[in-house]
Amino acid sequence: MGQVKPAEAFREAALAALIALLLAIPLVGFRLVDGLRGLSIETRFDWVAWGVSAVFFGRLAIALSGTRRRLLPDLKSVGAALSNLPGGLSRFAGGAMLVGALLLPLVPFADRYVVEIAITVLIYVMLGWGLNIVVGLAGLLDLGYVAFYAVGAYSYALLSINFGWSFWLCLPVAGLLAAAFGVMLGFPVLRLRGDYLAIVTLGFGEMIRIILLNWKDFSGGPNGISSIPRPDFFGFPFARTAEDGQTTFHQLFGLEFSPMHRIVFLYYLILILAMLTNLFTLRMRRLPLGRAWEALREDEIACRALGINPTMIKLSAFALGAMFGGFAGAFFATRQGFISPESFSFIESAVILAIVVLGGMGSQIGVVIAAAFLILVPEFLRDFSQYRMVLFGMAMVLIMLWRPQGLVAHRSPSARLGGRA
Amino acid sequence: MSLLTVEHLTIRFGGLVAIDDVSFAAEDRRITAIIGPNGAGKTTVFNCLTGFYKPDVGRMCVAADGQEWLLERMEGFRIARDAGIARTFQNIRLFPKMTVLENLLVAQHKALQRASMFSLAGLVGAKSFRLAEQAAIERARGWLERCKLVHVADDEAGSLPYGAQRRLEIARAMCTGPRILCLDEPAAGLNPAESAELAALVRSVRDEEKIAVLLIEHDMSVVMEISDQIIVLDHGRKIAQGRPDEIRANPDVIRAYLGTDEEAVAAP
Repeated sequence: MGQVKPAEAFREAALAALIALLLAIPLVGFRLVDGLRGLSIETRFDWVAWGVSAVFFGRLAIALSGTRRRLLPDLKSVGAALSNLPGGLSRFAGGAMLVGALLLPLVPFADRYVVEIAITVLIYVMLGWGLNIVVGLAGLLDLGYVAFYAVGAYSYALLSINFGWSFWLCLPVAGLLAAAFGVMLGFPVLRLRGDYLAIVTLGFGEMIRIILLNWKDFSGGPNGISSIPRPDFFGFPFARTAEDGQTTFHQLFGLEFSPMHRIVFLYYLILILAMLTNLFTLRMRRLPLGRAWEALREDEIACRALGINPTMIKLSAFALGAMFGGFAGAFFATRQGFISPESFSFIESAVILAIVVLGGMGSQIGVVIAAAFLILVPEFLRDFSQYRMVLFGMAMVLIMLWRPQGLVAHRSPSARLGGRA
Repeated sequence: MSLLTVEHLTIRFGGLVAIDDVSFAAEDRRITAIIGPNGAGKTTVFNCLTGFYKPDVGRMCVAADGQEWLLERMEGFRIARDAGIARTFQNIRLFPKMTVLENLLVAQHKALQRASMFSLAGLVGAKSFRLAEQAAIERARGWLERCKLVHVADDEAGSLPYGAQRRLEIARAMCTGPRILCLDEPAAGLNPAESAELAALVRSVRDEEKIAVLLIEHDMSVVMEISDQIIVLDHGRKIAQGRPDEIRANPDVIRAYLGTDEEAVAAP
């Protein structure tokens, strides 16, 4: 990059300042004040002036020093290095993460807050891995994934409250029901792809939410379902005092009662569920069905010309992806003890899809990194209160500039001619 | 009875009659070339045979192993899976992000899916499935060797040079274990040396695999050299059929290719 002409740098800076001005006047310039005589508007044009001049001089300095153009390629080469990790190293990173996750509840700083956050991250990791089957492998853009999460959650809540079924019995049932809904969604959208598929799946997700919201007798409507049974340790409840004829978890192991027991148990439960999802997907990728999912993503017409039934392949992707969403939903219900349609709004689908896309379509480890990022960053930014979402948005924009193909874009082959993959 | 019999095949797109009453037969161990000027309906014939279009009139029958399949009544994927018609595409359709070997394994979906018992045996890592997968990889290796692609087996298919992609598409079609192989302009975009290599490959497929080859091709040196039978289409109609030397001497064919004043006047 050669020297930048001062006039050009000045022009650039002026343009940046103009954009800053246009944005800052409505965003910063006016402030709504709730005063004694009702609402009034206060102006803060001095803030605007400071901000715009900071943008102007900052941009001028960057343009003159010529660093701007160097900054981005540098980041890009880091990203390229990251995605070209040899298979062994990425497996090592995965193993290290798993060991870290297994040990997390034992480290000294892991108080209730840390473990609760880790559970939330793991729920999203699991949802991301489930959606990865549909979006990352089969290439079917699904904007309504949260519907299956809701089906799983309501299945557990209703079955356990109305019929007294235990969590362990409800878990597979919730998964199967969600898979059945996956097939239900799959049938009408068999012929759709891309944007059109996205619109229908979006509608499906909203339908499920609105049904739950309005069918009061069935789902409790907007009040949701409360006092959902909490999970027990294979028949031994996590309680301070045992009911007649029952042994509690702390009595069983001769421990002092602590509310942490249940949380740590939930943590390991979701870790196991998530790892099951992961192992299943990794295995499926090497099976003919998994290869057919990827082939379908690449070229549906070629698939048909090779004698592959696209209907079966699509429905199986929808069903299996939905099943893991259902498992995660059942876990969510037992963890929260309370569910309502509010937990299953479109924004959840968007976050799960963002995790898959940000992680790199089809990449398992990318999903973990992206889920951690999308859940932890807003959490750490709590201290910045109202600027939280601005900073979050900025981080997303930076990542998309830096890695438009997702954090981990590397795809490892499912079979190799020189021995096993 | 012939392996493939096409009778009175007709298809209209709106007012345009794309194929008009075309009949022909193809035998196994024979290369049947379909030639004709641009827009004559050659690829449309392939699209009818492989189920991408449904003809308005006509009967297409594959007879083999004591069974008969009526193609016009079958779904596209069943034509490939059960009747055994494999095809390549004029504008190559590989799975570009998957490796060369994976492309060939996807082509063996039918056998592998059965061996994996719809994934159940595969998920538990049953031995029968592992053996079937090993056999599939060996079969793929055989075709990679014949198509001179072994050294790129683990590369992304989309990163291959054009000529190699064309060969890979043929290898992939052959991995489905077809009875009939339809090649849609396999020599398009190849240089003369690559064309000659391709011709040798197609001939070896005919001689060693005992299958019927249908070939659409504009490169007349390839067509005349390897075809056993040539069918000439013009404006959707069959205007000639015969051995290469007969076709070369046929006045109708020469007129269709070169065009004459009478034809311009006579055209509707």
